Amino acid sequence: MKVTLLLMLQTLRIAVPYLFAASGGVLAERAGIVSLTLEGFMLSGAFCATLGSFYFNSPWAGLVIGMLGGAVFGALHAVATIRFKADQIVSAVAINLMVVGLTRFFLRLAFDSSSNSPRVAGFGSDGSAGLLSTFANPLVWLGIIVMPVLAWVISRTRFGLRVRAVGEKPEAAATLGVSVDRIRYGAVIASGALAALGGVYLALDQHQFTDQMTAGRGFIALAAVIFGRWTPVRAGIACLLFAFAEAVQIQVQGAGVLPSQFVSMIPYVLTLVALAGVVGRAVPPAALGRAEG
Amino acid sequence: MNASTKLAIEEGVLPTLTALLVALVAGDLLILSYGQAPGEVWRLMLSGTWGNAYGIGQVLYKATTLVFTGLSVAIGLRAGLFNIGAESQLAAGGFCAGALGLLLPAGVTPWLAIPVCLLAAMIGGALVGFVPGVLRARFGAHEVIATIMLNFIVLAFLNWSISATGLAVPETLHTPAVQSSAIPRLAAYLPIFHGSAANATILIALLTVVVVWWLLFRSRFGYELRAVGLQPLAAESGGIRVPRIWTTAMILAGAVAGLGGANFVLGYKNYFEDGFSGGAGFLGIAVALVGRNNPFGVLLAALFFATLSQGGLAIHALVPKQMVEVLEGIVILAVAVSVPEVRRLLRARPAKSAAAVAVKA
Repeated sequence: MKVTLLLMLQTLRIAVPYLFAASGGVLAERAGIVSLTLEGFMLSGAFCATLGSFYFNSPWAGLVIGMLGGAVFGALHAVATIRFKADQIVSAVAINLMVVGLTRFFLRLAFDSSSNSPRVAGFGSDGSAGLLSTFANPLVWLGIIVMPVLAWVISRTRFGLRVRAVGEKPEAAATLGVSVDRIRYGAVIASGALAALGGVYLALDQHQFTDQMTAGRGFIALAAVIFGRWTPVRAGIACLLFAFAEAVQIQVQGAGVLPSQFVSMIPYVLTLVALAGVVGRAVPPAALGRAEG
Repeated sequence: MNASTKLAIEEGVLPTLTALLVALVAGDLLILSYGQAPGEVWRLMLSGTWGNAYGIGQVLYKATTLVFTGLSVAIGLRAGLFNIGAESQLAAGGFCAGALGLLLPAGVTPWLAIPVCLLAAMIGGALVGFVPGVLRARFGAHEVIATIMLNFIVLAFLNWSISATGLAVPETLHTPAVQSSAIPRLAAYLPIFHGSAANATILIALLTVVVVWWLLFRSRFGYELRAVGLQPLAAESGGIRVPRIWTTAMILAGAVAGLGGANFVLGYKNYFEDGFSGGAGFLGIAVALVGRNNPFGVLLAALFFATLSQGGLAIHALVPKQMVEVLEGIVILAVAVSVPEVRRLLRARPAKSAAAVAVKA
């Protein structure tokens, strides 16, 4: 019983950054803009949150500034791909690279370190004081509700309907008087802020920024988006599934059941299988990656 | 020079020039934010790279790997496929070259060992390229996602094979060094390069540039590959078997990236080390993009990005070397933005002047 509870809490803690990033991914991709940027958005969120928390000595300031950081890079991706019609994949690759460089550069400039920031104010304890303190972190609660809320936004609101329209049939949406570009700008910038929350959570949970602390989580989140077939609830379940695999791995570490490297492959292998259509085909939004409209 | 050639040259050159200008300005800002003088930092970057033989050797060494990964990405893009998997193809190639070197009996002549290891590198990379190729051809799975997922899978697998199977020298993440398959350093012939990692793999890189150029632009296969890249539906109507081209293109792209593993594994350290690829596969995307998917353009772009990354080390005393990572990102983004923009502006120009003539008449 205790082990099960531990496992569930561990899963939740690991899943929260995935849930935020994947929610951003679902939103942008449903609007037709490729979300390979999630990693960069998360990392910028983590760094800006640390800066905010450090200078204002408040995790809430960190949260706001972290989201702003993600939104700025979301806006950059949006301007490059929507205004200038740059290739969405290339733009994403560039932004991810740029964010890694910028965080390292300004880590040196702000904290004179090449590896980590000093300790800053964060949410809850360091994680060492028992797993139940998980719930002292407001971002965990936000992480739990983000996917259901996004599901409601996408399926029930005017904005959500328009997001789906510009992602599937931009020409038809334009004919009906919807500004395709405006909806896409909104979706991508919001996607930046949402994904950044994943990084904000990591930084404020660990009370510091460390170089490349997102460690590929943005790509796991992207895998969850695809594995969840671009719907918020399924993507959320995929996040929990991937996090569960990691939690199990941590629990059985050293037991020699399966090497950790193989556990870390699980999300990617499942996504490849889903892409290949072995268990139900993963079909992306029709206008995904297309610049026109 | 007729108008269309002029247009083609302008479309090719202007975006790169724009990108360099933007990167220069952004670099100035970063340098100023660090309280240094831009002129001095740029000078230091030049003198630390092209200013002495060691610097030149290091640039050539770094450019060698980038030529392979850049060509790999360019081959994919010419076929209309975005190969983000050069990183793991490079790593797998290096691993196979290093592992095969260990299997060869001691004392085997380099004339046999080196070609066999090069072949192993190509096969290793080709296998990794084959998977997304066939997933695309058979199941329609998008190669961008497939190659990204495969990067993580392959790199994790290599990490496991080196750390958990007793292949590595204890306490390290690299295999024992193998001398029989060692590709000689340039310093062995040109003592001026002493101490730099530049090695004869660069000759293989140059040869590969020519071969890939010939394949793409002078062979029937290349014609079909480019046709598929430009218009898959039209190519199919023209009798080209598109899925087969996709698979073959990814195998070729993987093989070329895998061959790049020779530069580190056979030419520099003489062993495979976990993580040796170090982002060179991802930088290959930048190299292909700036080189406009032309093999000779890739060569120039590889030299440019190698200069940047070696230059980062040269300026580290004044400005953090991470500045060049930012600049790399900015160059990629600026090229991506200005390619369609320049095309639009240039194409709009003749139309406008024609309209002006019509009005005058």
